[in-house]
Amino acid sequence: MEWEAVIGCEVHCELSTKTKVFCPCEVRFGAEPNTLVCPVCLGMPGTLPVLNEQALVYAMRAAHALHCTVATHTKFDRKNYFYPDLPKGYQISQYDLPLSKVGWIDIGPPDRRKRIGITRVHLEEDTGKLLHEGADGESFLDMNRCGTPLIEIVSDPDLRTPDETFDYLKELRTTLLALGISDCNMEEGSLRCEPNVSIRPKGQAAFGTKTEIKNLNSFKNVRDALVYELERQRKLIESGGKVVQETLLWDAARGVTATMRSKESAHDYRYFPEPDLPPLNLSQQFIHDVLWSLPELPAVKRERYQRELGLPYYDSDVLVQEPEVARYFEETMNAGAPAKEASNWVMGEVLREAKDRKVEVGALPVTPARLAALIALVLGGTISVQAGREVFREMAATGGDPATIVEKKGLVQISDESALQSAVERAIAAHPQAAADVRAGKEKAMGAIVGAVMKETKGRANPKLASDLVRRTLGVS
Amino acid sequence: MIRDEEVRHIAHLARLELSEPDLARAARELGSILDYVKKLEAVDTADVEPEIHAVSISNVYRKDEPRPSLPRDEALAPAPSHDDKYFRVPKVIE
Repeated sequence: MEWEAVIGCEVHCELSTKTKVFCPCEVRFGAEPNTLVCPVCLGMPGTLPVLNEQALVYAMRAAHALHCTVATHTKFDRKNYFYPDLPKGYQISQYDLPLSKVGWIDIGPPDRRKRIGITRVHLEEDTGKLLHEGADGESFLDMNRCGTPLIEIVSDPDLRTPDETFDYLKELRTTLLALGISDCNMEEGSLRCEPNVSIRPKGQAAFGTKTEIKNLNSFKNVRDALVYELERQRKLIESGGKVVQETLLWDAARGVTATMRSKESAHDYRYFPEPDLPPLNLSQQFIHDVLWSLPELPAVKRERYQRELGLPYYDSDVLVQEPEVARYFEETMNAGAPAKEASNWVMGEVLREAKDRKVEVGALPVTPARLAALIALVLGGTISVQAGREVFREMAATGGDPATIVEKKGLVQISDESALQSAVERAIAAHPQAAADVRAGKEKAMGAIVGAVMKETKGRANPKLASDLVRRTLGVS
Repeated sequence: MIRDEEVRHIAHLARLELSEPDLARAARELGSILDYVKKLEAVDTADVEPEIHAVSISNVYRKDEPRPSLPRDEALAPAPSHDDKYFRVPKVIE
């Protein structure tokens, strides 16, 4: 039988506000444990949460970017459950009147473009962080994260393959990054994904029983876990078993999903309106002001790079992944570099250098203006592409200006016939067999002679001119 | 009225251990509260707009400006178990 997967995703994204969502404690990853806490986020009795307006604006940005309808009437609710990372005994979340509903996002390259429905985007608070290191049956609890603003993005069950899910998460991340509302760092947990997955015979409309997978800290993990889980469900059903609705944990080391908590899998959160937070009546004006404040989104940028700059889809996709990279590319272009040249250098040297140094492209000593100057030197024939790469490395190491480096290192390309002629003659004299072969029409033999010219000039000879001179000197054209 | 089974379920959700006599008393008391609230059903609400919240104010915001947090020893002090950096809690994941 042919099976079809049905996948939906719940994504949690920490917002990069300065303070927590309901109290003025600072939000900062990596701070000393339990130093960013106060009576409100610790859940002390008698404290009063007050909504951070910036968190609301950020959440609304995400809602707009995902084409959701933002509610004019929305409120917070208590989701009641006991877990040690949430001492209040409830999470402040949104239930029946979420901030926004019913949107979409387009995912995937042109040959498998697909529109994925967004069920809702709502605002809630993050929990504390448990470290299971205690040997004595205790866990350590760090409450710095507790109360960090979090948006929950729920997709419709529109995804059909692990690859599509990967595309969905990639586009979602790129979009959230462009909005400037989160660093989307999966390793630090600021972007977390919990897919739910079921299978059904292809052509059947009804859904099968789904499982939810947690503990996925990279997009690759998500894809691997889904591949494994789909196969597990298929084998189970084909051997006469039944899928149990449950939450599974992905074990990346062993490459398997395992049951998380068997007891208490039936959730009964007893949601009710949060009495400590008054409801929100959002004006159309406010909602629209946030909409108009959105930056150009990656999907639009990608289209523009292809249509207006003539870049291939691949280039446009690489360049829009991180807003910093797109900005760097555009500034290089604005400084005079042709689009495709700027794209090649940014996708190649710039991204590689940033990756090697583990920094954002904006932090590289090479400014876009200097990259544009370097590109001009290459395009103008002053230096070869090869030398250009060497100059780039030097610029990245010292922050110098390309023209100065070219001069200092003596990299100016030799494009003067008279300056090359003697080197060409020496190369021919040193390679008599190759010279004879070229005369006999064996084009391949050119390599040895031109190579010798390049070697003698330390790579500075203009390669095209060198070839022309070799041919002319040998009397072939 | 409320069934014993439901009282037991709610007690479990609230992490309350009720003895049998306590359970019977809770069922009686919760039942009478529910009966009392049920009287509201007699009110004709056909022309009344639904309320989504019990308070009449709305849109209360705070600026995104950090204020000092608690000193760590003060934050940890009231906890039943802690060391000098962390709260200590019972291990949940086996």
